[in-house]
Amino acid sequence: MKLHEYQAKELFAEAGLATPDAALAESVEDALSTAESVGYPVAIKAQVQVGGRGKAGGIEIAENDREAREAADAILGMDLKGYRVDRVLVEAAVDFTNELYVGVTMDRGEGRPVAMVSSKGGVDIESVAAESPGAIAREHVDPAFGIHPYQARRAVYGAGVDRDVAGDVAGVLTTLYDLWEERDAADAEINPLMVTDDEGVVAADAVLNIDDDALFRHPDLAGMEEASYGDDLERTAGEYGFDYVRLEGNVGIIGNGAGLVMTTLDLVDHYGGEPANFLDIGGGAKAERVANALDVVFSDSNVDAVVFNIFGGITRGDEVARGINDALGAFEELPNPVVVRLAGTNAVEGMEILDTEKIDVEETLEGAVQRAVELAGSSGGGADSGGETANGGESR
Amino acid sequence: MSVLVDEDTRVVVQGITGGEGEFHAGEMIEYGTDVVAGAVPGRGGEAVHGVPVYDTVSEAAREEDADASVVLVPPAFAADALFEALDSPLELVVAITEGIPTQDMSRVHKRLSEVDTRLVGPNCPGLITPGEAKLGILPGNIFSAGNVGLVSRSGTLTYQVVDNLTDRGLGQSTAIGIGGDPIIGTDFVDALGLFEADPATDAVVMCGEIGGEDEEEAAAFIGSEMTTPVVGFIAGRTAPPGKRMGHAGAIVSGSGTGTAESKIAALDDAGVSVGDTPEEVAAAVEELL
Repeated sequence: MKLHEYQAKELFAEAGLATPDAALAESVEDALSTAESVGYPVAIKAQVQVGGRGKAGGIEIAENDREAREAADAILGMDLKGYRVDRVLVEAAVDFTNELYVGVTMDRGEGRPVAMVSSKGGVDIESVAAESPGAIAREHVDPAFGIHPYQARRAVYGAGVDRDVAGDVAGVLTTLYDLWEERDAADAEINPLMVTDDEGVVAADAVLNIDDDALFRHPDLAGMEEASYGDDLERTAGEYGFDYVRLEGNVGIIGNGAGLVMTTLDLVDHYGGEPANFLDIGGGAKAERVANALDVVFSDSNVDAVVFNIFGGITRGDEVARGINDALGAFEELPNPVVVRLAGTNAVEGMEILDTEKIDVEETLEGAVQRAVELAGSSGGGADSGGETANGGESR
Repeated sequence: MSVLVDEDTRVVVQGITGGEGEFHAGEMIEYGTDVVAGAVPGRGGEAVHGVPVYDTVSEAAREEDADASVVLVPPAFAADALFEALDSPLELVVAITEGIPTQDMSRVHKRLSEVDTRLVGPNCPGLITPGEAKLGILPGNIFSAGNVGLVSRSGTLTYQVVDNLTDRGLGQSTAIGIGGDPIIGTDFVDALGLFEADPATDAVVMCGEIGGEDEEEAAAFIGSEMTTPVVGFIAGRTAPPGKRMGHAGAIVSGSGTGTAESKIAALDDAGVSVGDTPEEVAAAVEELL
């Protein structure tokens, strides 16, 4: 779960990190009165969870009312990499002499947290890592102990941070690590950490991503979750509890198990089609879940055909088949042709029960994918043909 | 012959009184696994499927002379269950639980480096030596005994590949699901090393997926340490960067690490034949044997 910048800054401030004076605004008038109260110059920042907001025009500096009005007017309501901007953070612009980077994340290869400092802040840290890896000082942390003060110092001196602020930056890193641990974060980042004229340090941006699997023990954080999906389908799929990723092709995909669903996407591509989505229906496939999954995929207007592939492990194929039949019963006519393939436990029984009036049935994964690609190709293709009624009754 | 588990493996099921625990303990017993005990705090003295339940793993292991445990405990309590298992005289711990917080697993990972016990998982289907024993939730009926070792990060993809193998009459020595989480116990290199040392394994199938660098490390290991031939498969060629594809670990980072291309290239370099489809994987194994 990604927190918005303003939410992360609230938590940073609570932990004792310095952040600029700021307030959230949802209208141009709000933004102007906030700018007035924090004092010009101000930074007006789109609150959407995408990287590179500055480059995309989502962050502007305003020196006066006129500029603030222009900036707020331009940013509020804009489309930023597929996300609509409904709110801006208006904060006092920081007069800085230098920009640093401070971050904590999990090094999955090592299985340990890593704390990082760089004197090259204010730019994309991944490109710094790629171009001059030496510019980032890293300290791996014992997760059972936490960060030692000497590690924070070693990182700060290793990164070549100005000696005048080294102590403060080490303090920021320690605080950030503690916050990362306490909040079960996946990533905590300050980029840039601004060094001010009077040798202070201020968190001018804030990233705090929480481990979804740990939200059960952080009800306060779970309550801060704000639906922030790229589009309605991702929202709907999220509400149904599916792992869903929307893509740009026209072959809808429903399956069980992350690895097998990914493989199904790859096979669609392999056989010359383009996957429309990743949808993992999870364990079991009762009628309601099947119906919900079909609802999501059929609602995607790009979709021209659907492949439904279930490998029953503990889930029995005949139960899945009944689920599919019940779900299909609700449709007079399917909006798109559906190819079903069942395998694993009781698959043979399942295949026999399947109502082949409405769907195609294939015995192998490869066969099912090829058939779906064929159907998607012959439907006329194109992004707007989803409303057409295709004949799904050509079962074998 | 096989790796890690066989008909003599004596198993404790942690969480045997829960819905999942009870069901899968029953399935394991039916498959022929020697489930000798259950361990659930506060439930000592009870029995499930005729198997005695103990309050602690230590007691279960001691009283029933167990050497492995299967963890079917909800995520909130799973890390504690793993620490408990690692503090007992067991050789093998198999963690099925999905959704354990990553920081918890980081602490477990550190503890693993201090003990001799092997962990498989978490978020995995477990492992099976066909005809002898299964520790986990894999559907036993799709497997058949043979000389192909299999190691995979994904459950249902494992089943798919096993299905393709079994169709061609290619049985398995042992199949190991190592799990789809960012931090796991046994990794590809560990599993490949076990198969390399197993005289009953004549070929190995390795099913990887996007995210992390485990497959690249495995490729280096295959190139320098293995004589047993390996056939590979990598899921997620069409996954877009920055999107988590179901598994917590299956994500191509914005900076381009963890891509399918990099993994396939590394395996190619190591002389591993990488199939484009599960069917091609099975065909390649058949050709090797």
